[in-house]
Amino acid sequence: MSQVEPVMPTGSSPKGAASVEMKQVVKAFGEHVVLDKLDLDVDPGEVVVIIGPSGSGKTTILRVVMTLERIDEGHIRIGDRQLYHEEKEGQLIKASEKHIREVRSDISMVFQHFNLFPHMSAQRNVMLAPIKVRGHTEDQAAENAKRLLDRVGLGDKLDHRPSELSGGQKQRVAIARSLAMEPRVMLFDEVTSALDPELVGEVLNVLRELAASGDMTMMMVTHEMGFASEMADRVLMFDKGTILEQGPPEQIFKDPQQERTKNFLKAVLSH
Amino acid sequence: MLNDLILNSRQYGHLLEGMWVTIQVLLGSFALGTVMSLVMGVARLSTRRWVRGSALAYIEFARGVAAIILLFWMFYAVPILFGAPSMPPMLAGILALGLNMGAYGAEIVRGAIQSVPKGQHEAATALNLSNRDRLREIILPQAIPIILPPYGNLTIEVLKGTALVSLITLSDLAYETQKLRQNNVISSDPVPLPILYLNTLIIYLILAQLLNLFFKIAERRSARKFGSV
Amino acid sequence: MQTRWDWEYAFEILPDMVQGMLITIAVTLIGIVIAVILGLFLALGRRSSLKWLSYPTAWFIEFVRSTPLLIQIYMLFYALPATDLPRWLTTWPAFVTMFVALGIHYGCYASEAYRAGIESVPRGQWEASTSLNLKIKTTWRSVILPQAIPRSLPPLGNYFVAMFKDAPIGSAIALSGVLFVARAFQSADFRTVEPFTIAGLLFLAVSVPAAAFVRRLERRVAYESS
Repeated sequence: MSQVEPVMPTGSSPKGAASVEMKQVVKAFGEHVVLDKLDLDVDPGEVVVIIGPSGSGKTTILRVVMTLERIDEGHIRIGDRQLYHEEKEGQLIKASEKHIREVRSDISMVFQHFNLFPHMSAQRNVMLAPIKVRGHTEDQAAENAKRLLDRVGLGDKLDHRPSELSGGQKQRVAIARSLAMEPRVMLFDEVTSALDPELVGEVLNVLRELAASGDMTMMMVTHEMGFASEMADRVLMFDKGTILEQGPPEQIFKDPQQERTKNFLKAVLSH
Repeated sequence: MLNDLILNSRQYGHLLEGMWVTIQVLLGSFALGTVMSLVMGVARLSTRRWVRGSALAYIEFARGVAAIILLFWMFYAVPILFGAPSMPPMLAGILALGLNMGAYGAEIVRGAIQSVPKGQHEAATALNLSNRDRLREIILPQAIPIILPPYGNLTIEVLKGTALVSLITLSDLAYETQKLRQNNVISSDPVPLPILYLNTLIIYLILAQLLNLFFKIAERRSARKFGSV
Repeated sequence: MQTRWDWEYAFEILPDMVQGMLITIAVTLIGIVIAVILGLFLALGRRSSLKWLSYPTAWFIEFVRSTPLLIQIYMLFYALPATDLPRWLTTWPAFVTMFVALGIHYGCYASEAYRAGIESVPRGQWEASTSLNLKIKTTWRSVILPQAIPRSLPPLGNYFVAMFKDAPIGSAIALSGVLFVARAFQSADFRTVEPFTIAGLLFLAVSVPAAAFVRRLERRVAYESS
């Protein structure tokens, strides 16, 4: 397995990790209410793992923070700024697209199916957004990309296209790509679920270093209970649109309070 | 036998002059048509309703009105509407065929953009790329290999359509062919009409095959450059 | 110069324009019948295992599809009578020439639509028929064609709408369709805006609903075959 160095400090924002505050968030798809008046607070640098049955809407939590879906009701605050609202003359009104884009620059997301850009090399994948969005020069971005890819153990794969990389390598490129934008909050949507079992470890190693640094707010949806109990500050059990229970990993895994949590953990951990 | 199928060099000279005009009309229409295809194809997917609606209106109109009627309308009616005495037939031809091509091309572009996996849009959002950068750097490059095959067929249809400009007095290949036919009456060396038309058809066929070749090469190169997993 | 738009004149020429449109529609409908039948023969010929049949058929289809309809019309209308073939075979009125030309031109397109429809029937259907020991005729009639024909309908529909849009080319050989009538008014009254605009509007009035119908057909076929 490739040696992975700590990804910090060149991957996180100089402003440091940001908090995430979700207040009374409602999201429905037609008749189906997926997020039901959700309240969720994440402290700066905290690592929060969200577990729960499929279809429970846990991915939607991440997607509304990343603005891939828009919320129907409620407020989401990133650091000291509202994501979906602007303050105008002391009032909170619906934010303009420009405002959303600005606040969104502090957030980044890694996907289950990588979503790497297939027509670009690994290095170019990582370089593109810093050049286009942050105005870095080609040289700056290239150097930074090389550094980030080195740190995730892929320094020798700079010119490789995604089609030439394994799943684990693709996901590590995806993580480097997100880090290149110096986010203050990172969202991870089942990032190991699509990988062959022997490739999961290399990705978890990168995530482990990221979590250990304490420098990044991380919200993760995952089935990797081992990782959760090791690295999570808090575990949330999510079902039917609300948080069923939450707490430190030892508490949730060893001593779950709710019946549905017990059943879920029994089904998942018996493999 | 082959001798019977060939025209004399002067006749070929006329035909080739006409062919050159045909090529000019084709290039002009292709340029206009491609611009319209890209602009309208993207506009069809805009988040703003009036942009989507305008694009749809243009597509339905420019497709629904047959190319030939659009051509006649452009050449004979539009100048009057603008208070001018006339319009150069080359311009009318390029406008009519280009706008018509753009309507069909827009649907090809739209379909190709929609077939790029949704995850690519989401990754672009996650990296906070602007809409314009997302389209230019991520979506369009992946759409191009999908656009090219039907676009090649469309271009050949436009080539066939250029023959219509002969009906608005532009001296293209079709026009020169008809001129040779009319000259038959007074000519000292009349050409049998089947032979004449056969030659014309073969010239068009050669042009069509050249277009085919051009697009096949473009397809292969774009697959290599922009090809995905 | 002439005025931009004269409502009185527009209404005056409207009946004749509509009548021209009916002729354009009529020639299209007959062309469709010919294309449907010819297309089927061409498709079968192209699929034939007899090389002396399949190759020339393929070349013919490619030739007709790659060259302008206008020239093909001229070939039928001007060149055929100049040959030594019997008169009844070569000297046709413009209406007949037009639907024959449309039928042949779009028959070649139709053959491709049939071919695509047949080839889109999953290989497994052929294999199942073989394993059930069905006769070739039964396989075609009961298994393949019932699945191939609905899949061929949307592309066929699109080609026939395209045929309708090519029908006004008949004005080049004086077929009194909608375009010819418009040009007649142009030379008689020196007015161009009303005749050509009305021709365009009449065309839209027929082709847009027809295209919408084909799209609905497409959705239904996609729905039913999924």
